[in-house]
Amino acid sequence: MPSARSGHYSIFAIAREAFRQHTGWQRAWANPEPRSKYKVVIVGAGGHGLATAYYLGKNFGITDVAVIEKGWLGGGNTGRNTTIIRSNYLQDPSAAIYDKALKLYEDLSQELNYNVMFSPRGLIMLAQTEHEVRGYKRTVYANNLQGVATEWIEPARLKELVPIINLEGPRYPVLGGLYQERGGTARHDAVAWGYARACSDMGMHIIQNCEVQGVETEGGQLRAVNTSKGRIECEKLAMVVAGHSSQLAEMAGFRLPIESVALQALVSEPIKPCMDVVVMANTVHGYLSQSDKGEMVIGGGTDGFNNFTQRGSWHHVEETVRALVETFPMISRLKMLRQWGGIVDMTGDRSPILSTTPVRNIFVNCGWGTGGFKAIPGSGWAMAELIANGTPGPLAAEFGLNRFREGRFIDESVAAGVAH
Amino acid sequence: MLILTCPYCGVAAEETELAPGGEAHLKRVGPDGDDQQFEAYMFDRKNEKGVHFERWRHAYGCGKWFLAARDTNTLQVYGTYRAQTPHPTDDIVAAIRKVSPDWNPDWTRAE
Repeated sequence: MPSARSGHYSIFAIAREAFRQHTGWQRAWANPEPRSKYKVVIVGAGGHGLATAYYLGKNFGITDVAVIEKGWLGGGNTGRNTTIIRSNYLQDPSAAIYDKALKLYEDLSQELNYNVMFSPRGLIMLAQTEHEVRGYKRTVYANNLQGVATEWIEPARLKELVPIINLEGPRYPVLGGLYQERGGTARHDAVAWGYARACSDMGMHIIQNCEVQGVETEGGQLRAVNTSKGRIECEKLAMVVAGHSSQLAEMAGFRLPIESVALQALVSEPIKPCMDVVVMANTVHGYLSQSDKGEMVIGGGTDGFNNFTQRGSWHHVEETVRALVETFPMISRLKMLRQWGGIVDMTGDRSPILSTTPVRNIFVNCGWGTGGFKAIPGSGWAMAELIANGTPGPLAAEFGLNRFREGRFIDESVAAGVAH
Repeated sequence: MLILTCPYCGVAAEETELAPGGEAHLKRVGPDGDDQQFEAYMFDRKNEKGVHFERWRHAYGCGKWFLAARDTNTLQVYGTYRAQTPHPTDDIVAAIRKVSPDWNPDWTRAE
């Protein structure tokens, strides 16, 4: 989206700025103080919240929007994930929304005029037990029916794609894999920044360091949110805050089928390029990709207990690394640079919630658990539709809160295990 | 690493020896309950950021279920108690109040 305010990014802009010592670059997004009233307030300036705001403006022309954020923009799980993007899900509603997201990611850099470094390098989920072989073959059949291109690949082909892999692991031999050629990674911060810039250009307010302290309702109807920067009236409120969804819902007087746990990731020192696909090993709870800087990015498993500390248990890191060293022996001497945790919001069926709530005009987008990053554009697209119309569109329809009462689970917990 | 003392066998068990079992003191909904109550019992959780009462099983020890009081925001453990206890014991409440004097048990309201 070209804009007068922040300037269109292009090779000509770079050339122009090169001639004037780069003095002409504008801030990517404005830093306003909140007004006392907006049509829509979105809580959470992570990928999902900003994408929701963006598609509200782009698809529905609603730009009287504030995105408020407790910390800093993209400082939660948007900046803490392992940047994997894929859409090879078993259940139809999941495949629909994740594939919508993947398709939007494909053009996102052009759309936002911001390089999100989407890299469709291909993604393989290793089958390391007979159960996984059957499970992934089933997923391939399901994906083909859904129109999502994935294929089952045998170990020989897998070895060609991932030369550093050890197929003959004594505990978990590699028996094949589920391959999605269109899958890959993107620069997670850039996704948030790109959406934020585009939202700011449309005149929306992105307000950081603004914590929600209460939600005012009257007779089951939304009135306003009280924040650390004052009271903000709004017609509609969207809660898009991942790990703290339960806390926000409690302020509005309802409970969610969510439990928050810590998920960890770690990254190694940078090495020469050695692996140009993303590899996930769900049996052993480890996934591995190489960043553009050369670091091996490793995702692990979640803690089993409720946790809000953004640091997880050490033994999960040990388990993940132990398993990955067996499958990728050459990483055994790598030093790890950083390790961190994020608080993920888990639902019982490991599928997200995009829903109306018991309070009229409050909408919730949460429950993405361990796999939210890949869904950001699709999630924002579907959430914008829900907020604008007050009722879910086709992408969000199956992800309502009522599915728990009605027993219509979108059960990805069995299909995908922990790793999403 | 999280260490909880099993109230049955007295072993100070490390996290790898234990299996977590989610929120404690959930009241089972009987045949008279409606769909909404059953949904709340099955799925809706407090997911407390702070003092949390939860179920654990001494999986690689005596195998028994027990309950623990833990702060999900600081990871401090206030104590463990037997699964048959209807609500957290007085010494657990005292341990919590020592850290957060304003903390109020909510089971007194419920009963």
